[in-house]
Order: sequence, then C-alpha cells, then structure tokens
Amino acid sequence: MSEPINRKIDRSQMSISDEVAIDIRNMNKWYGTFHVLRDINLTVHKGERIVIAGPSGSGKSTLIRCINRLEEHQAGHIVVDGIELTNDIKNIDKVRSEVGMVFQHFNLFPHLTVLENCTLAPIWVRKVPRKQAEATAMRFLEKVKIPEQAGKYPGQLSGGQQQRVAIARSLCMQPKIMLFDEPTSALDPEMIKEVLDTMIQLAEEGMTMICVTHEMGFAQAVANRVIFMDQGQIVEQNTPTEFFSNPRSERTKLFLSQILGH
Amino acid sequence: MSDTHAQTVAYVRDTMLPAAAPPLRESGAVRWLRENLFSGPVNTILTILGLLIVWFLVATFWDWFAHSVWNASSLSECREIIAATWGEGARGACFAVIRERWNQYVFGFYPQSLYWRPTMTFGLLMVALAPVLFSASLTIRRVVLVITAVVTLWAMSVLGAPVGWLLFSAAVLVAGLLASERNIAWLLPFSAIYPLLGVWFLWGGSLWGPIFVLVGPLLGWVAWRMLSGVSPLLATVAALLVTLLFWMGLAGEAARDAENILSLSIESVRSDRFGGFLLSLTIGVAGIALSLPLGIMLALARRSDMFLIKSLAVIFIEFIRGVPLITLLFVASLLLNYFLPPGTSFDIILRVIIMVTIFAAAYMAEVIRGGLAALPRGQYEAADALGLDYWKAQRLIVLPQALKISIPGIVSTFIGMFKDTTLVTFVGLYDPLKSMSDAVRANIAWKGIYWEPFVFVGAIFFLICFGMSRYSMYLERRLQRGHR
Repeated sequence: MSEPINRKIDRSQMSISDEVAIDIRNMNKWYGTFHVLRDINLTVHKGERIVIAGPSGSGKSTLIRCINRLEEHQAGHIVVDGIELTNDIKNIDKVRSEVGMVFQHFNLFPHLTVLENCTLAPIWVRKVPRKQAEATAMRFLEKVKIPEQAGKYPGQLSGGQQQRVAIARSLCMQPKIMLFDEPTSALDPEMIKEVLDTMIQLAEEGMTMICVTHEMGFAQAVANRVIFMDQGQIVEQNTPTEFFSNPRSERTKLFLSQILGH
Repeated sequence: MSDTHAQTVAYVRDTMLPAAAPPLRESGAVRWLRENLFSGPVNTILTILGLLIVWFLVATFWDWFAHSVWNASSLSECREIIAATWGEGARGACFAVIRERWNQYVFGFYPQSLYWRPTMTFGLLMVALAPVLFSASLTIRRVVLVITAVVTLWAMSVLGAPVGWLLFSAAVLVAGLLASERNIAWLLPFSAIYPLLGVWFLWGGSLWGPIFVLVGPLLGWVAWRMLSGVSPLLATVAALLVTLLFWMGLAGEAARDAENILSLSIESVRSDRFGGFLLSLTIGVAGIALSLPLGIMLALARRSDMFLIKSLAVIFIEFIRGVPLITLLFVASLLLNYFLPPGTSFDIILRVIIMVTIFAAAYMAEVIRGGLAALPRGQYEAADALGLDYWKAQRLIVLPQALKISIPGIVSTFIGMFKDTTLVTFVGLYDPLKSMSDAVRANIAWKGIYWEPFVFVGAIFFLICFGMSRYSMYLERRLQRGHR
C-alpha cells in the first residue's frame, strides 16, 4: 500500500526549536457518553514533524481537529501558539488563521477557481490586497507544481491535484502550523506520491507539521516523532527508527504487523 | 485476436491503439419515431392515445379561436359579426374586449394621462436589474437594454410623456447601456436606489419622502461605523434602531419641511387607482425582491445554534406556512389597522406587499434550508479552518453554493407568489384576473363576456412565469462548475 519514499531527505534544515507551538495538557473529549479522547498530553515544538498513527476509531483525527477547534474539548487545556482555546470566538479565529489544515476529502470550494480558493482567506481574513494575494497564491501554486491550473475549477482537477491545491490554499495564509488529516487516504495509489512529495518539501522548509496518516514510509522518512494512538489515548511515542524497529507495547506491535505485514 | 490463443495466458500488446471515432449511428426521422414513439406495443398505444387527446382538445377549441373577433365595440356586436361570418350558432371568441379595454388590464384605474409613468418605471427597472440578473453576458445585456430602451421610449412618447421626463428616461437608459458596455458594476448604486425611485414614479407626491427614507439607513450606517469597533452586535442593533427611529420620528416631518422650502412634487396617485398587471407586477416584483433576503435570513436562523433565534424562526416559518395567504391578506386589510396607533395610515398596497413577502419568505426559507443541508460538512469545516468568521463563511462559501442548489425551488416560489398576487382581489384591490374582469363586465357593452379575459390574462401570466422558469435554467447552466 505505502509507496516507498525514494527521495533523499535533507534533515539538516529541519531544526527543532525549543519554542513550544502546541501544548495539550490533560485533554479529554466525549461524544455524548463515548469517551473519545482520554487524558491526552502532548507538547509540539516549532519545526517538529509528528506523524500520528493508529487503527480507525482511535481518535487520531479527533485529536488534530481539536487543535483548530473543529471539535471542542470538554476538559483540559490546549494552547496553540500561546493562545489558549476556549469559547472565545476571537481567539478561535486567530488560532485558525495561524493553523492550516488539509482534509482527507480536500474540501476545496467548488464554486471558486483554484486561484480564488487560494486568495479567499488571505483577502477576507488577513485583509491582504487582491493583487498581492494573487501573487502569493501563484507562488504557492508553483511550489505545489500546478500554477497552470490556476484558472480551473476544482471539479476539473484530479484528486492528487485537488489535494495539492488544498495544501497551497492553506499555505497562502502563511500558517505557523500545518495539520494533515489523512491527506492521501482518498487518493488513487498513483497520486499519493505527488502529494507526499509536496509534504516532504514542506517539512524540509521547517514547517511544524502534525500528520495523521497510514503512510509509514512517509513517517519513516520525514517524522521526528511517531505517536501511536489506540482507544482514545496515546499508547506509545518514539523516534521513527525506534518506533518501527523496536515497538514496545503489544498493541503497537500488532498494529505494525497488520499494516506492514504484507 | 490473431495473436492470442485461448490456451496461452501471457500476452503483450506491441502497438497501442489510437483513439477511433464512434460508429456512425443510423439517424433520421424514422429511426427517431421508432425509438421514441413506437418502440413497443405499450408505447404505441400511449402514442395513439396521446395524439387522440391532443386532437380532441384542438378540435374542441379550434373554431372558438379561429372565429375570434378583434374589432367590435360590444359583446353583442361581436356575436353579430360571428353569426354573419360563420353562420348562425357558430362559436367564437370576442377578443375585441381586450382591444377596447387593454389599458384597464394593464394599468387599472391609473390616471390615463399618467400611463407613461408606470411605463417608465418598468423600463428603468430593467436597467436596475441588469447588474443583478444579467451581469455575466455582455451580449444578453446589450440585447435586453437596447430593446428596453427602444420599447420604453416609444411607449412613453405614444402615451404622451412630457419631453422632460422622456429626456430623463433616455438619459438613464443610455447611461445604463454605456455602463453595461464598460463595467456593469457601475449600475449597482442605481439598483440600490431604484426601489425608492420606483415608488416615487408610481405613487408620485414629493421626492423628499423617498430621499428622507434613504437618509435613515445612511444614519444607521454612520452609527454602525462608530460602534463596529466596540462590538459588531451592538453596532448592528444600534444601526437598526437609529434607522427605525429616524423613519418613525423625524423622516415624515423633515420631508414636509423640505417640501415647503423646495417643492419636488409630481402628481400623486392613490393606491386604489392601481390595478391590472401594474398592481400584480408592483406587488410581485417587490415581493420577490424582499422575500429572498428575508428567506435567507430565516433559513440561516433556523439552522442557528442559538436556541432563541432558532425557535423564533421555526415558529415564524411554521405559522406562516400553516395559514392560507388569504387569511394573511385579510389580516393586512382589516386587523392591521387595529393594532397600529390611531391616525397612522398605512398604505393598503404596502400592507399587502408585506404579507405576500412574509408568506413567500417562509416557503423560501425552507427551500434554502434544503440547499444549506445539501452542502457537505467539509465545506463548513474548510471555511472554519481558514479562519473565516460566521458571516464571511456564509456569504463567501455557503450561500453561493446553497442558493445555486436551491435555484429551481426559489424560482418555483417566485412563480407561485407572482400568481398569488391575483388573490388581492379579496381585499378589494383590482387584480387583473377577477376584479378587473368584473369591472369590465360591469359595463353593459361587455356584460356576459367570460372566457376571453381569462384566456388573455392567463396567457400573460404564462409568458411571465415561463420567462422566469427559462431564466432559472439559464442561471443553472451558467453556474455549472464541472463535475463535483
């Protein structure tokens, strides 16, 4: 399933600072009476590339969706870039404009062109002048290697292209942190690589990234930390080398044998 | 097949096939008939049955239409002409009544010398609508605006419009055409003030009234600007309050004083002189323009997380939808006056417009709610994740898509509402279908004429509604954005 990552990764640029980007303490979340996230503690430093893995229903997506408050947590604290997430809408919008998110199903705006998708938030949230926003958008579209599609509508693009536009759209807000929620799960195998390449490039430039994915090749090549979740809790975290070669918990071993076994 | 064999599994293609043209289908009328009308016994029987029904209808009504008389001064004269031409006992339509009384069907009892005013109002309406309805295509705008200009100016001069107003209309129409050629958005300010201009053209009186009505929202905007930094909610409430207080307190007096200083009056026309299609179109256009924004607000309110707002919207929608329109119209004509402070005279057409608007808005809200519900959750999440606030997300992401999905339903509601304007006959207004025909029949010359006015009025309603329907299909096609 997972494509081997052939590219040579330059880890020298990928320095991790001491500054804390995200701090999650004793965070709990329930859906009704179902306890989805149980006592989550996680500190992410600037420049870290974290991959979250785990079986479906383990709460990985819910966890990263709490970081930009697409989901509300009921207990504990989440501090993003120095701002604590509470019910204060102003703070939420501030955090959201600093945190980019890429979704499994792209969620591009189908009624707007690729370029308009990319300039919408900078113009309306950041109040960037249109000309400047378009220039920035073209720069990021070039970076994800689809500047020639700028005038098309999302419905005219392939899945991989759409996901790259979605990444460019997030980058146009010049976010400090990027969240990826299974970015390649809805893609044909042929298109997974082009999206992963874009993400690797982003990692090399020092972006703070949290990525929920089943692409273990990507985790090995890019992540500095792999987190394994099961039943709403963090079961194990380690460097990718240790995590894959020497998993400690039984649950992790079972999971790895299932996804890497064939 | 030549180099593959059933017993060998391995196969390698050495040349790739180029794309080929599809086979030429046998075509022609015979094939079409066989496929669509006579494909099987059931289809054949249905085809024959359908043809019989069409034949029966045409045979029944054909001579009535074919024998129609357009030149006569009374019903009895019509009958004489038909008897003389087609023999005793022949049936025929007497459309002469339309030729004689068309002006009443179009303008009601509007003063004959002022017919040019509604004509001008309608012509300028097209200019005001151009940036809203036909903004995309220069060709369509050009055709619509040129035809409008020619027809309006011709009709106005035939109806005896004063030269000054003729020049004014010509100026606006030409300016509209020029703006459409350069940048259609320039016309938007005209569209914004058009409702007040239109009211003034139709009802006449002092121009200061509409001007001071316009001042209300301007003051509200100033209040909003001053307070928006403090709290958006407070600013909105303050803006609404300032506007309403100005309208209720100062506007009337200010307009009277201004009129005394500088008179800007044209002959005023009372609401009970309105009738026919003038009345239907006035109520219909106002209702359409007002019910869409109100419907959008109600639909958003109904989907709101705020309990009170949501409950109010649900109660409003369910109550209005649960009550027949005629009830609301009776409320407008009779009950509303009891509730208003004594001495306030509230125009009957305005009251009817309000009732028709809230009635249509309740239906509209449900249609739009359907469109909102059809949007994938991911669209809301993507808007949230980019940091767009609620109103920006609604305006830029959600509504453009939800309204596009809802176009067929919205236009159906518009069409239904436009046809419902004939119900104003029950509150004593001269709708074209019933009251106007009754008024025509009250004259001894046309006593007993029945079907012809219905056919005529029905045909005009059909043309307008069919036009709306075609427009909605054009809009759907225009907003197509590839496959999703």
